[in-house]
Amino acid sequence: MTAMTDDTLPVTPRAMRDEMILFVVMAAVLSVVPWTGIYPFFVMQALCFALLACAFNLLIGYGGLLSFGHAMFLGTAGYVSAHALKVWGLTPELGIVAGIAAAAGLAVITGLVAIRRQGIYFAMITLALSQLLYFIYLQTPFTHGEDGIQGIPQGYLFGVFNLANSTTLYYVIVVGFLAGFLLIYRTINSPFGEVLKSIRENEQRAISLGYKTDHYKLLAYILSGTLAGFAGSLKVFVAQNASLTDVHWSMSGEIVLMTLVGGLGTVFGPVVGAFVIIAMQQYLASFGQWVTVIQGVIFVVCVLTFRRGVIGEIAHYFRRSL
Amino acid sequence: MQALYAQLLVGLINGSFYALLSLGLAVIFGMLNIINFAHGALYMMGAFCAYFLLNLLNIGYWPALILAPIIVGIFGMILERTMLQWLSGLDHLYGLLLTFGMALIIQGIFQNYFGSSGLPYAIPDELKGGMNLGFMFLPIYRGWVVVFSLIVCLATWYLIERTRLGANLRAATENPTLVRAFGINVPRMITLTYGLGVGLAALAGVLSAPINQVRPLMGADLIIVVFAVVVIGGMGSIMGSIITGFALGVIEGLTKYFYPEASNTVVFVLMVLVLLVKPTGLTGRAN
Amino acid sequence: MKNRIAALLLGTALTLAAGSLAFAQDKTVKIGSLSDQSGLYADLGGPGSTLAAQMAVEDSGLVAKGWKIDVISGDHQNKPDVGVAIAKQWFDVDKVDIIVDVPNSGVALAVNNVVKEKNGVYVNSGAATSDLTNAQCSPNTIHWTYDTYMLAHTTGQALVKAGGDTWFFLTADYAFGAALERDTTAVILANGGKVVGGVKHPLNTSDFSSFLLQAQSSKAKIIGLANAGGDTTNSIKQAAEFGIVKGGQKLAALLLFLTDVKAIGLETAQGLNFTETFYWDMNDDTRDFSKKFAARMKNGAPPTMVQAGVYSGVRHYLKALEALGGNPHDGLKVVDKMKSMPTDDPLFGKGEIQPNGRVLHSAYLFEVKKPSESKAPWDLYKLVGTVPGNQAFTPLDKSTCALLKK
Repeated sequence: MTAMTDDTLPVTPRAMRDEMILFVVMAAVLSVVPWTGIYPFFVMQALCFALLACAFNLLIGYGGLLSFGHAMFLGTAGYVSAHALKVWGLTPELGIVAGIAAAAGLAVITGLVAIRRQGIYFAMITLALSQLLYFIYLQTPFTHGEDGIQGIPQGYLFGVFNLANSTTLYYVIVVGFLAGFLLIYRTINSPFGEVLKSIRENEQRAISLGYKTDHYKLLAYILSGTLAGFAGSLKVFVAQNASLTDVHWSMSGEIVLMTLVGGLGTVFGPVVGAFVIIAMQQYLASFGQWVTVIQGVIFVVCVLTFRRGVIGEIAHYFRRSL
Repeated sequence: MQALYAQLLVGLINGSFYALLSLGLAVIFGMLNIINFAHGALYMMGAFCAYFLLNLLNIGYWPALILAPIIVGIFGMILERTMLQWLSGLDHLYGLLLTFGMALIIQGIFQNYFGSSGLPYAIPDELKGGMNLGFMFLPIYRGWVVVFSLIVCLATWYLIERTRLGANLRAATENPTLVRAFGINVPRMITLTYGLGVGLAALAGVLSAPINQVRPLMGADLIIVVFAVVVIGGMGSIMGSIITGFALGVIEGLTKYFYPEASNTVVFVLMVLVLLVKPTGLTGRAN
Repeated sequence: MKNRIAALLLGTALTLAAGSLAFAQDKTVKIGSLSDQSGLYADLGGPGSTLAAQMAVEDSGLVAKGWKIDVISGDHQNKPDVGVAIAKQWFDVDKVDIIVDVPNSGVALAVNNVVKEKNGVYVNSGAATSDLTNAQCSPNTIHWTYDTYMLAHTTGQALVKAGGDTWFFLTADYAFGAALERDTTAVILANGGKVVGGVKHPLNTSDFSSFLLQAQSSKAKIIGLANAGGDTTNSIKQAAEFGIVKGGQKLAALLLFLTDVKAIGLETAQGLNFTETFYWDMNDDTRDFSKKFAARMKNGAPPTMVQAGVYSGVRHYLKALEALGGNPHDGLKVVDKMKSMPTDDPLFGKGEIQPNGRVLHSAYLFEVKKPSESKAPWDLYKLVGTVPGNQAFTPLDKSTCALLKK
């Protein structure tokens, strides 16, 4: 896994400053979207996936672990939140908490099983676990099979913010995304993140330095899964449904693609990647039958020409870490 | 009890498709270190190729059995030359993504021109009908599939593990520079190997054309299962894939009898269990 | 002075009246055909549904009367999220008035909620779920063409009455399959037949031999296929291989489309019984339309019942708009108007729309022709029975739609 992020530059105050500037720019851009004529629903959807991709990136970009089953966190949190909101009638904040808790619990269980394997075997075991979960969701009645849980009430967040109002919902999603993003950013640049990166670069050395690498990897996995769950819970408010597509393995594949297109192991890459992929789904829709072909061409071109991803290539060009 | 025998036999027949497909995948992974996500699409191309040979050129099933793998194999070699070879030495992930993109393109194009419901392909006259085995009615074609694919699997295994050509090939993947020093054209060998793996996929496609509908997405659902077979068998292990392929067929057959809903999921249960006990698969080499 | 004030007032009144008149006579319409353009359902809906919508616009004659009607299309890729996103954008940004087609129950139900929220019009032709006019019915939704209840009732009843009184089910293990099996079982029992067994298979199974062996040993007279698409075609193909039909058992496909039959081929599919609500070769009108339709399709295929349903739905929608004298851009109003008018078009004939949004039109029991009986590439069916709309679909007193409890 070391070949993927070849030249990670040391975290310097300058790199931190660049990233903070970019973060502020991103937050500013996001907060003016409703007045620009850009369709906010699209941005909300992309933001949920951006958070998901960032969570995934935490695991692969900094921990060197390729999970091919991240859709299970997205879907689990989505189903639990949706059920909590619709059937139990919980408030939005409790619905989100329920979803996150479910994803975290799932991450603990699957993490204990998966974390003992590396490389392609880790990818395969996460894939297998997510397929088992897909089967469980198909069988349990509360998910309503392929019909999904539909018409989920949005309600009032903290009893104040009316989430049925699209502008309010938009800002709630933006705040949720930025909070998740900052948490990931903080983790990457913490001592914990440094140990993680050292494990990615050379696990044996990290072990010989006295680190219990399995603990670090498990923690990263749980954090990543939990944040992916957060993205899943947020998405419930945007799409107002929870369906089997969110737990299907092709969704896991899409998460990998988003991260790769944006740039593995870059801070902002997954965000850009998520926007690119979601925009493709949305705006290529009018190309009808050619959508899949166009998507395929983009992936091929991406792998053959700019392997570092959009942000990765830009960062490489400017010799910065972004 | 009789029903159980029938399920075991039927499972074995399905296993032969898994074995053929995972064999090709294992050859490609073992020799090129590429996880070939386009395998399902190439399998589909094999079936379509048989259809075109029959309907455009009036070439029947038997010649198609040889021609289709060659045609699709050449197509595969072109893919390797033009795209895959640029990825050598990079992480597995890139090969996987590139081939995933290729699969999307191939399937998309077929879908545009032939629709999603597919095309009919009849069982060749020589293999029509069936025989009564006492415990079940066995279509002759199914019997043929088992026998034929077993022969192909063993021949491939022999080619790679027991012949000089195979030895060169294995050496080339271990240490390309050294093998090149012996005057062997390594890139050409790798291209041919990819062609072989793809040809095996196409062969499986031709074999399945009379049983399954020839549809653009026929391989898309299969690929993930075949992946699992290769992983369980031990990545890159030829014999491991063959045995696991047949075994999975049988296990699936039993699941279809006792708990049919789970028959598509049982392979993943198996994968988790195997990876927990034997981290590199049943016959995998330690890495 | 007085006169001038009066003139001024009159002038203002006139301008206002003219303004509101212009508002009522807004003659722009935007139709969105939301379908699976590249996946499993692309053949039965997809580009053909867009074409059907376009032809409905042309045949309505409204364009010549000064209306401006656009048809746009979108690909939901069988993902509810994508479907919802496109639908929302269509209403909010592109100002689409009506969404048609939408195969795939999961997507169809998700879009159903969006249309209700945005007060648009939703004429679904592609989805099978009868929930659209029952538990999840909406005042903005009209369901054309077919649903699970109708399929189960028509095929089930006809076959039991013809002597097929023992059944074995091959059911796709998801909500659609379960609904089909449940509804068909009810009909079989009500008509004095019985179900001797069944097996639930996972979606997208490529090999059915295990299941077919179980069906074979059950000795049931009828093997009911409660699945769809590739699962159905593969089970039919493999049933022939295992000599099931030759052994005296009969297959009943509960959902089968023209494109599926074509894909299996007559040699294998012959003798199969199933229900559809439209076939191109029914009468002069359908033949005439289908000829024009096929000429404009890339692969020269005549319309499936889903595509025909899109055509009928759009025709009826435009008729309602014409009767309203303009497009009020108010989904509830238009749907109410549509419900108040009897449906009548060249493809589905006369029918009506129930208060829950279910369109009642005739359903037909078909049998696939023998290869020797077929005279043209798409000459595939023969008609064996007709069930009038009010018997084929859910009776109103059994519908669980909340709109009915006023």
